[in-house]
Parts: sequence; structure tokens; C-alpha cells
Amino acid sequence: MTTLPQTTEKKLGLVIDLDICVGCQACATSCKEWNTGGYSAPLSDHDPYGGDPSGAWLNRIHSYELGEGAAGRTVHFPRSCLHCEEPACVTVCPTGASYKREEDGIVLVNPDTCIGCKLCSWACPYGAREYDYDDGVMKKCTLCVDRIYNETLEEEDRVPACVRACPTGARAFGDLGDPDSEVSKNVAAREGFNLLEEFGYKPTNKYLPPRMKTSAHVSPEPARKSAPVSAGNGSMVEKLFAWADQKLSR
Amino acid sequence: MHPAYSVILFTTASGAGYGLLFWMALAETFGVLPGGRALSLAALTFSLALITLGLLASTLHLGRPERAIGALSQWRTSWLSREGVAAVATYVPAGLLGLSWLIYLHNDLFHLVAALAAAGAAITVYCTGMIYGSLRTIRQWNTPLVPLFYLAAAASTGALLFGLIYSLFGYSTPLLEFLLLCLVAVSGAVKLTYWRQCDADKGQYTAEMATGLGAWGKVRPLDPPHTMPNFVMREMGYQVGRKHAQKLRRLVVLFLFAGPMLALALSALTGAGVFFWYLLAFLMTVVGIVTERWLFFAEAEHVSMLYYGAERA
Ligand code: SF4
Ligand code: SF4
Repeated sequence: MTTLPQTTEKKLGLVIDLDICVGCQACATSCKEWNTGGYSAPLSDHDPYGGDPSGAWLNRIHSYELGEGAAGRTVHFPRSCLHCEEPACVTVCPTGASYKREEDGIVLVNPDTCIGCKLCSWACPYGAREYDYDDGVMKKCTLCVDRIYNETLEEEDRVPACVRACPTGARAFGDLGDPDSEVSKNVAAREGFNLLEEFGYKPTNKYLPPRMKTSAHVSPEPARKSAPVSAGNGSMVEKLFAWADQKLSR
Repeated sequence: MHPAYSVILFTTASGAGYGLLFWMALAETFGVLPGGRALSLAALTFSLALITLGLLASTLHLGRPERAIGALSQWRTSWLSREGVAAVATYVPAGLLGLSWLIYLHNDLFHLVAALAAAGAAITVYCTGMIYGSLRTIRQWNTPLVPLFYLAAAASTGALLFGLIYSLFGYSTPLLEFLLLCLVAVSGAVKLTYWRQCDADKGQYTAEMATGLGAWGKVRPLDPPHTMPNFVMREMGYQVGRKHAQKLRRLVVLFLFAGPMLALALSALTGAGVFFWYLLAFLMTVVGIVTERWLFFAEAEHVSMLYYGAERA
């Protein structure tokens, strides 16, 4: 059903810390590895080792430069489906294949009924859906619905593959509808924000901002010495001059 | 947005087919359709053939065309689904209309059937326009002018087809040509207004909003997430046509509006060679409408490109 649920019991989602992420791509590769054998398998690739590789990935890591000069910085920016509360990617779907789960708010595509019309990808402002040209259906982040409730996995593995893989702890998973959950508390403490808030789809996933640079006093650089004269052609006379230059510059 | 040829063929062919059906059914509703039953039947068959060709073409761009029937289920929220339902439903009164001509069954009930066929044609085209018009992610599409132009284009291309077919069999009056000329002028005015509106709107969303990082200053892409374009870039970031946009717009003005209007005016004024004027107007329209539809896609900018270096969208 493409009618959106009024409310969902839980709001499962991710919290991504832009202050910590180093852009290593571990979450993206881990996502690809799990999901090409998981719920929306396969995630087809074309020409993966050739000159024009492409394929369906559910998580993409951008790097951006912000600001100018000393105030500028680099931010690594993972981007995947945000499991929005009011997304048109669900309501535009003609078949009901694209839907939002009432129990936990996860937005999924049913691979057995999707006709591959691609309209849902047009309705997503975040570019989070990728069409699989071989499979003929739309692919997107499932929040690893086949891991998080999977009792055949160890308890610690019942989180999305990206969260499990992140070596820096930049990704967290939890119920953002519960104000007392770890993730919600962290979002409140760090002033987590929504991407493209102005658009109004009410994303569930939150991003934590990079910390502002501290204004602590930095000791000035020692006075610069002029570079010593090079030893020129290496003759004894040149070496003598170089030695004298060094001594005199002290 | 990437212009899929199947979608261009679908929207233009079925648009003209629905336009033709609309005018025939409307004329029949008021009992003013000229010509005999055979001509009516032939013209109706032609319109349904165009519609069916378009609908079949539209399934070509589906990844799983064999499941297309499922697309009729979500009419509560989806304009694409509504379009499908309206398209299928319109076959019923259109078919009954054909049947009434075939077996010469004629009573007042068929004026109602004709009215239903005309309404079905108009509703289907409106739904097609709303598939695009309802998408807030693309500002060039998210305007009431989009479904309005889809309606105007279907009405004028369908009316030209009507004039062409009926003039071949000697049914034409300068009045019809004049009305047609006005119709083409109206659709031209809608398109010109649309372009002016598109050019004035530079987009309300920025890369800073998309990333939420405006507090640190200007956001610029440093490293892309993938070395070659992915689906999102190919589908949503299509840019091939943009640099030729002005040239192509002039071509649309000439072939879709000015040219056919001139041909219709000459036909009405001279009263000679009416069919050939119609044919000329129609051929120009074909070039014009296909170019217009291609541009409609190629000029559309998607918000997701903010993550890939677009500054505004
Ligand atoms: S991020 Fe895109 S695909 Fe995911 S729920 Fe929101 S609109 Fe839909
Ligand atoms: S591509 Fe599949 S999931 Fe997306 S709108 Fe079309 S049918 Fe629905």
C-alpha cells in the first residue's frame, strides 16, 4: 500500500557523525557485500573492473570542502535512504511495491511487485534509490531489515552492516522515535540535524555536525630563518662560503 | 532529467490519440460529427491505435513490463496509477461508441457514452501531466502549467489530426480552421508562459541546505563517491541538451506553433488545397511536439543533483 502510515510504532534509523567519519568507504563496501546477498539481492554491477564501472549501491560516500582558507575544512558525507516520515517515493508508486512499514518506519521496495518504472527515484530529493538494470527493479537501503531482527546472528551483529563495519564509530543505529534511546540522546546533545529540512519529507536519519574549530590560542611560529645558501658546485670554496653563511645566520 | 524515447513516444502519440478521440466524442455528444459511420469508425480506430501504440511504448521503459497490471492498484495516491486506470476505463465508452457506429445502434444513450469517452480522454491526459506536475523534486515540472500544457498539446495535436482526416474526405470549413488556429495559439501561449516562469525560477534549494553544512561556508564537492556516473547521475543529472536549449525552443515555436498557425490561416483564407495545408501543419507539428517533449525532460533539473555539485535546484 502506498498510503503512508499515520504514525509508526518505532522510527528506526541511523545517526551519522560528520565529525568522525573519515570517508574510508568501509560502510559502503560492507553494505554492498551484505545486500547483494540479502533482502534486495542481487545488486548488479556493470563493467566492474573496466573503464566505465557502474552498479547499484545503497550507500554513497561524498567528500565536500566547506568554507575558505584557515576556516575551511573537509567533510566526508555518507548518503543513503533516510527512511523519511512523509516521503513521496512511497505515494507515487503505482504498484504499492514501495512502502513504509507501520511497525518500525523502514521504507522498503517489494522486489516481487516492483515494475521498475523508476518514478520513486524521481520523487526522492536525496538521490537515495538506485535502479538495478539487470534485475529490472528499484533498489534502496533496507536498514538491513534482514539483520536487525535476525535471531540466527549474534546479538552484536543485529545492526545494519554499515554500522557494524564503521571503524571509527561514526554510525549509530536505533529508535529515533524514543527520546530516551542512545541515538536520540546523542542527537539532542550534539544538535543533530535533518538533510534538506526545508523540503519537508521529515527524514528519520540524523546527521551530527562537524565540531567548530576551537579558538584556543595557538603559539606563533618561531621567527623564520632564511634558507642556508646551498653548497653550489660542491668545490671547497663553495663549501667554505656555505659554512660561513650558516655560522653567520645563527 | 534523462529523456526516455519510449516516454516521448508515449506522451506524444497517446496525447494526439486522446485529443482526436476527445474532439470526435465531443462532436458526437452534440450530434455534429460530420461524415458517415465508416469515416467515424475509421477515425476512431485510428485514435485508439495511436493511444494503444503509446501505452505499449510506455511499458517499454519498465524494468518488468510483465507485471504492469499491478500499476492499476494504487490510484488512491499515485498519479501514474490513476493514469493507468483512466486509460483502461476510457476504452469502454470509446469501444461502445465504435460499436454503436458499427451496428448502427443509435439512441440518446449514445450521446452520454460519447460524453464519457470525451471525459475519459481528458482525464487520462490530465493524469499524465500530473505524474510530472506533482513531483516537487523538479521545479520545472512542479507547476499547474505542466498538466495544462499536456491538455493543450493533446487538444491541439488531436484537433489537427481531426482536421487532417476529415479534410481528406472533403469535410472542412474555414470556421474549423480558424478555431484550430486559436487552439494552437493558446497552447503556444501556455508554453511561452511556462518557459518564462522556468527561466525566472533559479531554484529555492541549495547545496548548503542539502548537506546541512551552510554554517561552515560554501559547500563544494571534493571527491565524488564513485569514479563514473551512477544511475542517479545518468537519470537525474542529464545535461546533454541544456546548451542547445535556446535553439531547440525556437525550433518548437516555429514548428509547433507559428508554422501550423500560418498553414491554417492560409488554408482558411485561400480555401484551396485544404488537405495539403493540414498535412503541412500536421507534419510540422510532429517535429515540434517531439522536440518539445524532449526539451521538457532535458531542461528539467532534479534536487538530488545538489549532492553532485549543483549549487541550486
Ligand atoms: S530518502 Fe528518498 S528513498 Fe528514502 S524515504 Fe526519503 S524520499 Fe524515500
Ligand atoms: S520503480 Fe518499483 S518501487 Fe519505484 S515507483 Fe516504480 S513500481 Fe514502485
